[in-house]
Amino acid sequence: MTAPVESRGYVHGDVLVSTDWVADHVNDPEVRVIESNEDMLLYPSGHIPGAVQVDWTLDLNDQVRRDYLSREAFGALGSRIGITPGTTVVFYGDKNNWWACYAFWVFQLFGHTPARVMDGGRLKWEKEGRPMTREVPKHPATTYRARERQDGPHRAFRNEVLAHVRSRGQLVDVRSPEEYSGARMHMPEYPNEGALRGGHIPGAKSIPWARAINPGDGTFKTAGELGEIYLQEQALKPEDPTIAYCRIGERSSHTWFVLKYLLGFANVRNYDGSWTEWGNLVGAPIEK
Amino acid sequence: MLPATLREVLDTFALVNDPADRAALLIDFADQFRQVPPHVAEPPFPKERRVPACESEAYVWLVPQADGTANLHFAVENPSGVSAKALASILTSTLSGRTPAEIEQVSPEIVEQIFRQNISMGKGMGLMAMVQAVQALARAARPR
Repeated sequence: MTAPVESRGYVHGDVLVSTDWVADHVNDPEVRVIESNEDMLLYPSGHIPGAVQVDWTLDLNDQVRRDYLSREAFGALGSRIGITPGTTVVFYGDKNNWWACYAFWVFQLFGHTPARVMDGGRLKWEKEGRPMTREVPKHPATTYRARERQDGPHRAFRNEVLAHVRSRGQLVDVRSPEEYSGARMHMPEYPNEGALRGGHIPGAKSIPWARAINPGDGTFKTAGELGEIYLQEQALKPEDPTIAYCRIGERSSHTWFVLKYLLGFANVRNYDGSWTEWGNLVGAPIEK
Repeated sequence: MLPATLREVLDTFALVNDPADRAALLIDFADQFRQVPPHVAEPPFPKERRVPACESEAYVWLVPQADGTANLHFAVENPSGVSAKALASILTSTLSGRTPAEIEQVSPEIVEQIFRQNISMGKGMGLMAMVQAVQALARAARPR
């Protein structure tokens, strides 16, 4: 049994809500529950009643350039799922909330701060035998007036990463140990998505993303347990600027969430270019 | 040459281009999935039956029948393994009752034909491994 969220000692623990909280708010007009998954079949096969789906490839990415959606597209998305900038959005999903954290991060680029993640994600909700439905809800559309995307506070670009490396800034590589060492070019059991070089960004600490999770129910470890990994074992300093990366920026948005909200790091950004950019970048420094 | 029953299913998928419709069709198959019956195997299932690289924890059996045909059975232990259940349901419904030589004709390429854009990054390898496991069992059961 995992301890209640509020007793786990997180610095900004209000970003995390329990399955009980979500069950109590599924009909709350001020709250919109959003499922974000890797597996496209999961939402249509059953989801939390009232929850809408936001798909990372179709909804959050620009369909032509390698970038996130524009202000106009984010406004259209918010309008379609029937929210306003004041609606509390609660993300949950498969793979220990990996994609839920990614969607949460993209929403932060647009300053949608009333945002939460449901602790334990789909796994915990299902394990608790809570209701699931295949009915796609029809929330009345709204007119969401989106703010301009502000990448600066949350997102790092390659030149910033290079400057960060030169100034020996804190970097966290959240990929598997084999990807970090350069022994493999992709996630175990995943196809190679194309990086010409293996290894890691010089100076990066290897902390695979899922170490932040209790595998039994997908919940986040307590602040004390997370501190042992990130602060004691890996000696990261919460006051120092930090950049997390993985392969395309999805696993690292999960670690970004842990560092920024659960451990209260003052300045942490996600490098979404990640290894698929760095491992292909001519002349970029690499460590093995 | 693929058995006609499997070819028909592939033809159906070839006609459905809308991702939401494909998802609905796949979920229909997943709904029809039946776990391996107790007279064939009961949990905990032996490791040697486990499909490697499949994150849905799939197990597979090929049971030869007296008439020279064989029946396929799967267990999918991950409740979220919708893709694995859909594929297991397609394989058992189209290949059971065929001879091992016929079953062996199935190839991992069907995974791409069935799932197309509905396949998530990690799943393709596991699903192809399910098909390869069926092929290997059929090959081993073929009369020499």
